[in-house]
Amino acid sequence: MTPLLDVRSLTKTYGSRTGCADVSFTLYPGEVMGIVGESGSGKSTLLNCLAGHLEPDRGEVFFDTRTDGPRDTLRMSEPERRMLGRTDWAFVHQNPRDGLRMRISAGGNVGERLMAVGARHYAEIRTAAEDWLDRVEISTNRIDDRPAAFSGGMQQRLQIARNLVTGPRLVFMDEPTGGLDVSVQARLLDLLRGLVRRMGLSAIVVTHDLAVVRLLADRLMVMKDGHVVETGLTDQVLDDPQHGYTQLLVSSVLQV
Amino acid sequence: MTDYNFAYLDEQTKRMIRRALLKGVAIPGYQVPFASREMPMPYGWGTGGVQVSAACLTPDDRFKVIDQGADDTTNAVSIRKFFEKTAGVAVTEKTSEATVIQTRHRIPETLLGEEQILVYQVPIPEPLRFLEPRETETRKMHALEEYGLMHVKLYEDIARHGEIATAYAYPVKVEERYVMDPSPIPKFDNPKLESAALQLFGAGREQRIYAVPPYTRVVSLDFDDHPFDPSKADHPCALCGAEDSYLDEVIVDDTGGRMFVCSDTDFCAGRREDAA
Ligand SMILES: Nc1ncnc2c1ncn2[C@@H]1O[C@H](COP(=O)(O)OP(=O)(O)OP(=O)(O)O)[C@@H](O)[C@H]1O
Ligand SMILES: [Mg+2]
Ligand SMILES: [Zn+2]
Repeated sequence: MTPLLDVRSLTKTYGSRTGCADVSFTLYPGEVMGIVGESGSGKSTLLNCLAGHLEPDRGEVFFDTRTDGPRDTLRMSEPERRMLGRTDWAFVHQNPRDGLRMRISAGGNVGERLMAVGARHYAEIRTAAEDWLDRVEISTNRIDDRPAAFSGGMQQRLQIARNLVTGPRLVFMDEPTGGLDVSVQARLLDLLRGLVRRMGLSAIVVTHDLAVVRLLADRLMVMKDGHVVETGLTDQVLDDPQHGYTQLLVSSVLQV
Repeated sequence: MTDYNFAYLDEQTKRMIRRALLKGVAIPGYQVPFASREMPMPYGWGTGGVQVSAACLTPDDRFKVIDQGADDTTNAVSIRKFFEKTAGVAVTEKTSEATVIQTRHRIPETLLGEEQILVYQVPIPEPLRFLEPRETETRKMHALEEYGLMHVKLYEDIARHGEIATAYAYPVKVEERYVMDPSPIPKFDNPKLESAALQLFGAGREQRIYAVPPYTRVVSLDFDDHPFDPSKADHPCALCGAEDSYLDEVIVDDTGGRMFVCSDTDFCAGRREDAA
């Protein structure tokens, strides 16, 4: 099977500081990869390089495109990459304010990606928005409210709806449950897990929280100082960590 | 009066503006940056339009200025006087006799011809501005034809008001490429943007020039199930009886009496003369 994402020797530095170094991995369709590591270990840097938000110094990121098969997204033209960004890819930010338009209604937020790819029938856009609000457990009578009037958990669910409405094949998530109360986190995780399983989504989830990866991720990558120090099936890595750093991480000796 | 160069601006500045105009004509609807000059009037008075007019006028031209359709408002009168004085050009209030028409907020009712130039005063040239404040991002959106956001605005209109409530500065797509703000003309005027005349747009404060060359396709954005509707007044002009012109509501006495009359004063007067 062709991997959906094939990452080779990805390196990004900030001046003399390492962002991420020599990261290689593959992600197969339907797989969820978790990335864990302490603060500053390079998780966000890696994710942003993969999603085309940051330009890496070196490396290749092959994505299995619908029309042309695997292509190095780093060498695509900007219009092509931006098109992927609003069709086959989705990006869920930790802070919903970074991923939502706060002055646009919930319906407009969900409809934006549809309109961006050419939807021009108001009633159909609205129906799709209602359907997605429903799927993320937001009452459809909130469709014309602005996200500013939503709780943090609702905003995050709205962000997810807005991202998934075009049926992306790969979802990038950076701390999707960060900044939320524990009970709200649990509900969001549950929802995410359901969506991922039902839609057969492939995803890369960055998190501090081992409970998040335990629940969502099939495989795990452990990062330290920009490098991947251990990788494997989630349960294997968490239950039988091989690398000393992972052992510390799992035994929560490290404050992550 | 010989203190000024012809039409106030020096020749080098006019050449710079003409280069921007030519580029604008070559890329219909594309906003061309230009080095806007200080004009002896405040920005709100249409300094962008004035600079474009200055760059277009020749001694043989006949100049007309309208503000909200009227030739006799303070703004229109001052700009007309300005060019009478600095360029010595002939002026007129008759749309059909003018070779260059500077306008704010209206397109004349009388169809324009190939020998005419319509110059618009533009306050905010960027149609995506209120949705995306970052200039770097709006430029990229134009470059890559990423105009979904424009429809998000129209979506919001319908969600809130049940219909597309945008009545002025209604966004258009020019020659199937650039989305353009037609300046705050009523959407009633949008169909007239497809014209035999050359249409030039100048934004002074924002330093942008753009153009719609003659016979260019100009389409008002809409949804399949909410098509663009230029909307027409449901009564005739109280003065000339026209049923197809854009009307202004005017208060006629101090007891609140009001009537609807053509906003295009030359059009209205012409019809009344013809009838007499
Ligand atoms: N814009 C930047 N300029 C300079 N250095 C940066 C920049 N962004 C990140 N870094 C550095 O790169 C390294 C990796 O940072 P990154 O944000 O990727 O870590 P992270 O694992 O996402 O951390 P956190 O868990 O706190 O979000 C850190 O040393 C960080 O200080
Ligand atoms: Mg981070
Ligand atoms: Zn009339």
